[in-house]
Formats: sequence, structure tokens, C-alpha cells
Amino acid sequence: MSDWLIALNAIVAREALRFFHQRGRFLSALVRPLLWLVVFAAGFRAALGLSIAPPYQTYITYETYIVPGLVGMILLFNGMQGSLSLVYDREMGSMRLMLTSPLPRWWLLFCRLLAGTGISILQVALFLAVAAAYGIRFPLAGYVAVLPALVLAGLMLGALGLALSSTIRQLENFAGVMNFVIFPMFFLSSALYPLWKMAESSAVLRDICAINPFTHAVESIRFALYAQINLSALGWTAVWTVLLLALAFRGYDPARGLVARKA
Amino acid sequence: MTGLVVDALGYAYGAKQALRDVSFRVAPGRFCALLGPNGAGKSTLFALMTRLFTTSQGRIAIMGHDIARSPRRALGQIGVVFQQPTLDLDLTVTRNLSYFAALQGISGRRAAGRIEAVLDRLGMRERAGERVRDLNGGHRRRTEIARSLLHDPAVLLLDEPTVGLDAASRAAITSHVHALAGDTGKTVLWATHLTDELRDTDQLVLLHRGQVLAEGESGMLRGNMKLDAWFLSRTAEEEAPCPTG
Repeated sequence: MSDWLIALNAIVAREALRFFHQRGRFLSALVRPLLWLVVFAAGFRAALGLSIAPPYQTYITYETYIVPGLVGMILLFNGMQGSLSLVYDREMGSMRLMLTSPLPRWWLLFCRLLAGTGISILQVALFLAVAAAYGIRFPLAGYVAVLPALVLAGLMLGALGLALSSTIRQLENFAGVMNFVIFPMFFLSSALYPLWKMAESSAVLRDICAINPFTHAVESIRFALYAQINLSALGWTAVWTVLLLALAFRGYDPARGLVARKA
Repeated sequence: MTGLVVDALGYAYGAKQALRDVSFRVAPGRFCALLGPNGAGKSTLFALMTRLFTTSQGRIAIMGHDIARSPRRALGQIGVVFQQPTLDLDLTVTRNLSYFAALQGISGRRAAGRIEAVLDRLGMRERAGERVRDLNGGHRRRTEIARSLLHDPAVLLLDEPTVGLDAASRAAITSHVHALAGDTGKTVLWATHLTDELRDTDQLVLLHRGQVLAEGESGMLRGNMKLDAWFLSRTAEEEAPCPTG
């Protein structure tokens, strides 16, 4: 195995081990989307009528509609949680140690993002299993076809988190920044309501939703779950992933916490 | 080949100059103490040598490899122990070491063999299966030193590795690292502000307010004075207030 793959393997294994040690994080990651599915969706089912639009070929329940959005929510929260963990590691020094490896810095950061994405996908799998038990099922092929869309979306949101973490000088500032990112990103997307529904209320809001990278991620997941490809959504997700990865790798400064303390 | 070369190095945090025209060399097999009070610029120098900060003024070369031009080759030659502990407390000693070995591209049997060897060398073999959280401060530090040796680096950089340890642990670790330099020919740079960790035959670089005040063999520099008295007098000279009135 090459040095690069040995490092990837070790970083993924370590992050997985850390995640399984944090049972609270595992439970909250599962409980959050389930609450939305069982409580929020039940309340909104009566209020929101959904017409037939691709990838759906018949009328669907609101719960069925929001499952891909909640999958996206898991990836979004984990992406941000991953960047919090990166800031924490930077403050605690373990990131400094990792970056003394002779491997390229971008590769080490990519490994961290990939590890975070892998953990998110495990949570998504568990969530989809619970959703299936709740009666919301997708074609079998969809459960396989969704994997590439999940990897791409997970990397995109992880890279966004990493790029944001580069702007944060201290751990204490992180929660505030996250609130300004997670909630607008989630609510101004197609996760909870289709774009045509949003257009009925406001054309401007609909346009904002349409350019939100999270909307593209959710739509690529939605179509993939029905074993279909939404080329536009997938393409935009890929473009955003590359852009955000480039921004994150370029902006990452392992000394940021150190410099902030000394300056 | 010189193990470590620092040449006309400077660094500033914004308007605050942390290092100014710092130059020294350390030969293979030498134990060099970078002695300086808190705030002298020792940790900044370490951050530059490990490429956490980008070198903008001057040059650092590790075994002939310029850290700015050939970072991969240079980083492959150094083992680092940072001032701040960087072990994963919930993992065992062995798991911590195998993670770091993998970051250096070492895995499987080769990693297991190296881990066994370095733990033996540091007298930590019987602790291999213990969680780091359950180790005392001295053993944690030894684990970090063992980790820094896993890839058999030519240069060891240790940033105040005995901070917070009791006298016995400090003496044991200092003695281990002196032996490493002597027995294995490694170049050792040991940052400290504690003069009792140095021997007369050690190379000494006195750093104060980001500048090298003195460099040479410790015993020669101190002359007839005790090292701590010499250290205090040299740093006090620089801090003496300007006469007023």
C-alpha cells in the first residue's frame, strides 16, 4: 500500500473510533432528523399539498418528500461538526502533529473530510433504515445509487465547514458562525419544500434557494434515491465541491490558533 | 552533512517581531539546548522548523533539505515533540503510535516492529496496552518521544518536553534523550528554560527576545559561573532599564 493510502486508512479508522466513543453525538445525529420526520412532517402534512414532480411519479406524503432533505441535514450537521472537531484539534495541537507528516497538507485534510463523510454515511444508512421501518421506502437500487451522491455532498459540506473553520480564530466563536450558516442553508433550500412551492410565496426567495449549494446536494440525493440522475444538481454539487475544497485547502492555516494567542 | 541549519531567520506576528536574524547549526550526534526564558521565541522557531509557519525571512535546512523548497524531504527527517501534549487520551499507547506511524507511511509488521523497538528504548514496553489517560505525565512524555522516533528521523526537535513533570521524570527523560544523541547519532534540538537539564558538553544557543545572545558549548560559555547564574545575568543585561535622571 502506498504512503498516501496508509495515511488515509489510519485517519479514517481514527475518526471512526472517535465517533463510536462519542455515543451522545451518535444518538443526537440520529434523533435530530427523526424528530423532524415524525413530529414536524406530521404537522406539516396537512398544511402542504405536494403536486407530482420528478422524481416522483405519483402523489407522495410530505414525510416521503422530506426524507432526502433530512439526509442532507445529517450531512450538513456532520460537516459542521467535523469542522468544529478540526478547530478543536487545531487548538489542542493534534492537528499540528498530523501536519508534520511528510505527506502533502491537502491530502491529509482531504483524508479528514473523507473520514467525516464516511461517518455521515453510516448515520444516513441508519436513518434510512429507521425511515423504512416507519414506512418510507425507496427502490432497492436507490439505496446503492445514492452512495456517490452522498459522498459528493458529504465532501462539499465538509469542505464548507473546513473553509469556515479557517476564518475562526478561537473555538468559542464557532457556534455563532455555525448558526449563521446551518440554518439559512437548510431553510433556504429544497430540503423542506419544493422550489415551485417557494416561488408561490416569493420569487426572490426561490432564486436564493436555487443557487444554494445545499439545494443541489439535496436534489442529487433525492433523484439518486429513486435510482435516477439529476445531471444539473449533480453537476452543480460537483462544481461547488471542487470550489469549496480548493478554498478550504488554500485557506487552512494550522497556526491560526497559535498566531491568535501570540499576536 | 549538518543536521540542522538555521540561517538569518526572522518572523513577525503582525507588527510584533518574534525572531530576528537567528542563526545556528547543529551537527549530527549533538545535543543542542535552545535556552531562553518564556516568550524568547522558542516555540515560534519550532513552528517554523516544522513548517506550521511559513518561512519568509531566512532559511532552515534539515539534513541538507530546505524546509521551504523541499518540505516533504525535510519533514521526513524530523521527529517532533511539541510543548503541548498531542496524544489521544482515549487510545492505548500502541494505537497512538500506530496512528502516527501510518502518517509517516509505516504500517503492518514494519510498524509493529518499530513500535516495539521504540517502546523498548524508552522503557515503555510494559505500558503498550494502557490507555494514555491512565499514564502519569512522565510516561505520557516518554510515549511522545517514542512516537517521534518511529520513523527513525535524523533530527529530533523537542519543545520544552519536561514542562509540568516532577524532578525524577525530568531527569529520566533528559538522560534518555542525551543517550539518544550519543548512541544513535541523532541531531537533537531541546528547547528549555531550565538550566539543570543541560550538561557542560552540550551545545547551547541562548535565545532572548527573538535574538541569539550567545552560542557555544555550555561549559565554555558559563566559565566559572553556575549555568543558571550565567543565564540570569545574560538575560538580565538585556533587560536592564535605561538609566534615567
